Amino acid sequence: MTTNVNIRLAIDRVNMGLLAQNQTRAPRLYTPGEVVTGQFGFMKGHGTYVEGEDIKASVAGVMEQVNKLISIKPLKSRYVGEIGDVVVARITEVQQRRWKVDTNSRLDSVLLLSSVNLPGGELRRRGVEDEQMMRKYLQEGDLISAEVQNIFDEGTLSLYTRSLKYGKLSQGVLVKVFPSLVKRRKTHFHNLTCGASIILGNNGFIWISPTVNNEADGGDGGYAQNLNEVIPRADREVIARLRNCILALAHCKMMLYDTSILYAYEESMKYEVHELLQQEAIFDVAFLTQHRLRLQEE
Amino acid sequence: MANISLSEAEKTFILHGVEEDFRCDGRSRRDYRPMELETDLVSNASGSARLRLANTDVLVGIKTEIDKPNYLTPDQGKIEFFVDCSANAAPEFEGRGGEELALELADTLTNAYESPKAFDLKTLCILPGQQCWKLFVDILILECGGNLFDAVSLAAKAALFNTKIPRVTAALMDAGEAELLISDDPYDCTRIQIENLPILVTVCKIGDSCVVDPSAEEEECSIASAVVGVSKRNGKNYISNVHTIGEGSLHKDTMHNCILLGLSAAENLNNELVKALKLEESRVGSKHRNTIGFLK
Repeated sequence: MTTNVNIRLAIDRVNMGLLAQNQTRAPRLYTPGEVVTGQFGFMKGHGTYVEGEDIKASVAGVMEQVNKLISIKPLKSRYVGEIGDVVVARITEVQQRRWKVDTNSRLDSVLLLSSVNLPGGELRRRGVEDEQMMRKYLQEGDLISAEVQNIFDEGTLSLYTRSLKYGKLSQGVLVKVFPSLVKRRKTHFHNLTCGASIILGNNGFIWISPTVNNEADGGDGGYAQNLNEVIPRADREVIARLRNCILALAHCKMMLYDTSILYAYEESMKYEVHELLQQEAIFDVAFLTQHRLRLQEE
Repeated sequence: MANISLSEAEKTFILHGVEEDFRCDGRSRRDYRPMELETDLVSNASGSARLRLANTDVLVGIKTEIDKPNYLTPDQGKIEFFVDCSANAAPEFEGRGGEELALELADTLTNAYESPKAFDLKTLCILPGQQCWKLFVDILILECGGNLFDAVSLAAKAALFNTKIPRVTAALMDAGEAELLISDDPYDCTRIQIENLPILVTVCKIGDSCVVDPSAEEEECSIASAVVGVSKRNGKNYISNVHTIGEGSLHKDTMHNCILLGLSAAENLNNELVKALKLEESRVGSKHRNTIGFLK
């Protein structure tokens, strides 16, 4: 068994921009300082400023227009939360009656003790005992899936997990992408046919895990982590392939949702899992996925 | 290196994956992630290289200066390593936060290059006892995605390959002071022989198995790793230094396995690096060219 090493030259870098060229309806990108429109008859929104008589972009991104309101949505940004968003987040601190949570937004988010389902699914007032048990439920480093319940004035998000589909996450892989690449859909929890579940967090955190049969568990609120269970090799391969496919799509700045991920997964089958780390394979998979998505649109 | 926290379940997943010889990204225990290399991209340095290993990004610049040799070693030049951990790589590096890691990296490299069989400082001598070349190897860490030691040593070696030392045409002795005449032609220069230069291989112990090229998440799961410095001489690999990182300790047998794994990994790593460097040089030539850099 030998070590696989692959050093390529920067002059051979695959130009991922080629993917955008054969897109028929590629959105217009604005760069900071570029004139978006004349000021008259329009209002400036997020990501814009007024200089002279023009509205200019202050971030690099695509224009969004709501009636007269012009705003530029940045391509790369931290997560800007909206109520009802599904997020995947990591506990950073245990505080009094609340957890500090990292959701990839500008400020740390909070998860109040009163907005979690206690193990066992009981509905009751949280007492002092519960406060003392907080680290038993969720400790630093733990990953959770949650929903944005409220946005405070300064922009802090308040999360809640009072539903059986949310809660602590067990074994799996976390993939981080730009939040703008995750497409907003009706559901962000998917049990893919290829044999794994994914949670597409609106905050750009994507969780891939082996599919578990939730009904058999009985509502424990998702606090059980079976650390002794060894994920079989077949499931592991599916998870690793999904991870690499998602990163490949994200590398090519393609939107992530169940269909695009599934197509990418199917197109990637001709490669070995570790080959999907190579630029050519990334480009090929993204190209074929884009092609299939376009065919489906027509 | 960068502090990322993982939950117990994620660690378990990684651990079982390593035991299964199928890691989170589909690699086996002995595979490296793809790397990208570019040399000669900093125009005002004597030699430079940039290496990107997945998310780890390292830029190395080499500066040559004329210096006086040490009294104890009058016929040897000097080489100095300096590592700067940019705060862009991780917020913890801001201010003096990255200093400890930077020193550790620089010391490990200095140790690896210390042996005259790994890097012969005599080639840097101009006039014994009077003048010598001093190489400043400045390493800038732009992004941390795990496995810094390997990336840094490969980039340093690539930059040394690219280094052009001006040719000294004549040396005059004037009242006990040496005076050097240096060639005017910027392309008239000497190169450094890189065949023997050491590279570092990090062998990370996760659970009961050893892996090469750990990602940042995998580093988080390991309590101890061994960095093996390997230098090639006459077609054979020799160990130039060994350094352990992490708070844990390594058993004698594990250490032995780590070193063996490091030696065999270094063989391929070295071959691929030299191949890539030679290919780049033959494709672009030694004169000026367009740099690719970071964008595109």
